[in-house]
Amino acid sequence: MIEAYLFYFFAVTTVLLAVTVVVQPNPIGAAVSLVGTFFSLAALFVLLHAHFVAIMQIILYAGAIMVLFIFVIMLLNLEPEKVKLRTIAGNRLVQGSAALYLAGVIALAFFGWRQFFTQGVVANEMEGTIEAVGKLLLTDYLVPFEMTSVLLLVAIIGAVILARKPVE
Amino acid sequence: MELIIAAIKAIVIVALILQLIPVLIWFERKGSAYIQDRRGPNRAQILGIRLGGMIHNLADVVKLFCKQDIIPTKASRIIYVVAPMIAIFVASATVGVVPFAEPLHLGGLTIPMQVADLNIGILYILGIGSLGVYGVMLGGWSSNNSYSLLGTLRASAQMVSYEIAMGLALIGLFLVTGTVRITEIVSQQTGFHWYAFTQPIAFVLFLTSLFAETNRNPFDLAEGESELVAGFHTEYSSMKFALFFMAEYAHIAVGSLIVSLLFFGGWNLPGLDFDWIRVYPEAALSMGLPALAVGAIAFGLFLCSKFRRHKYNDARDYEVLIFGVPHVLIGFLMIGATLLLHGTTLPTWVGPVLVAALQMGVVLAKTLFFCAFFIWVRWTLPRFRYDQLMDLGWKGMIPVALFNIVITSAWLVFVH
Repeated sequence: MIEAYLFYFFAVTTVLLAVTVVVQPNPIGAAVSLVGTFFSLAALFVLLHAHFVAIMQIILYAGAIMVLFIFVIMLLNLEPEKVKLRTIAGNRLVQGSAALYLAGVIALAFFGWRQFFTQGVVANEMEGTIEAVGKLLLTDYLVPFEMTSVLLLVAIIGAVILARKPVE
Repeated sequence: MELIIAAIKAIVIVALILQLIPVLIWFERKGSAYIQDRRGPNRAQILGIRLGGMIHNLADVVKLFCKQDIIPTKASRIIYVVAPMIAIFVASATVGVVPFAEPLHLGGLTIPMQVADLNIGILYILGIGSLGVYGVMLGGWSSNNSYSLLGTLRASAQMVSYEIAMGLALIGLFLVTGTVRITEIVSQQTGFHWYAFTQPIAFVLFLTSLFAETNRNPFDLAEGESELVAGFHTEYSSMKFALFFMAEYAHIAVGSLIVSLLFFGGWNLPGLDFDWIRVYPEAALSMGLPALAVGAIAFGLFLCSKFRRHKYNDARDYEVLIFGVPHVLIGFLMIGATLLLHGTTLPTWVGPVLVAALQMGVVLAKTLFFCAFFIWVRWTLPRFRYDQLMDLGWKGMIPVALFNIVITSAWLVFVH
């Protein structure tokens, strides 16, 4: 019972903070709201018994990536933009498909979500543990896991090459 | 019922950490005075009673509450107010997964002596601890002050860099333990199999990066007062400053707790067999109580022997008696209790409770030792220069941590 209340609380917080990220004119304020979004998203993962995913969300996104974001914003000393109403840029096709997608998602949420989300989902407390996630990563999903590592390595090397001083 | 127990535990454990803060502040002042050959704080008094400077903490609290609370006109108000709250929240929320003793079994009811025994264990501490940088960062940025911003930039770069070394050092430990659950890691360290001895490199790296994470000397460039006034909290006054100040000491307390649990055996002490005490609490009490009683009486008598009627000619003369007489009385009470215990059988709940209390005592003793170590280091070592700090983190500690991981894995694969 209390889990349901917690879910609604964190779901509403997540959405509200996500909206704040978009409408907040101050870049630091937007970044802080994004940190809050990640935090309440992590809380939603905890409610799904996915503790490991939740804490990785906090360590990586809130604790590392957003720190660097805010670091950069501080160094650039961005001024708060003037708030002005902006509409979706682009042609009618883009606007139309975006509206269609949004309508589809809302319709799914209101009418079909029971069938869509509860089918085949078994609440298993052992699924989110480190042991379970680690076993899956190193057996069934070994190739995607290694490919992701290689991708990250390429990104790191690229960053080092871009950042270092040009050789005379 | 479970919710009530969880709420009580959360309040008690956070209160315990907050209670440690004034003790640590007092100890820092007296310790620094001792190291620098001074007397330390000894002026604040209530009716002439000074308690060796402890009354100063009370005076500090009154002063901080009564001070004018200034928010700079050009500061970002919301972030400026929230930043110290983040700092103290992070410092006290990390105790959530820290166990103080083995789970207590009371008549079919099992009470874990921690708020939550999570599968992710230490990762929770790393995760919440990594949010601590926001308190410093947002506080320094929102003050709109050049010194604050410089302190902030230093602090955030430093904390992010040393988090990597800390995480890598812990991986070496995880390879040996095979788990990240703190209760299991502690229960593996029976006798003298403490991980400080089997994983010495990880221990030294973890302790060093803990100093950097808590922004303590020799890594306190974030508030280097000789160049940055007071760093990120230059503009803060009154209780907002006090929250930052408390957060620093809460960090020390929690950090010491974690080091003593992960690397110094937690509640394990060579020679203490908790299973035996749980079954035979009468025997344990009739052996332990007289020993404690002798110690308490000897300490009390020693304090009383320091009593001189006309040393200061004011209430300070009686301070030794305030501590000495209760010690003697407690000692005699213990002897009386031992005599009463003789030949009686205690109810079954005494054993588990006694064990839990003993284990908490051992953990807290080790924690206080590391708190003292933090203070000792601060008043012994000079501060790093900024480039030295970054060199040590990136070129020194991270390669050593990686080396430790390789060595440990190789040992596990080929030798073990």
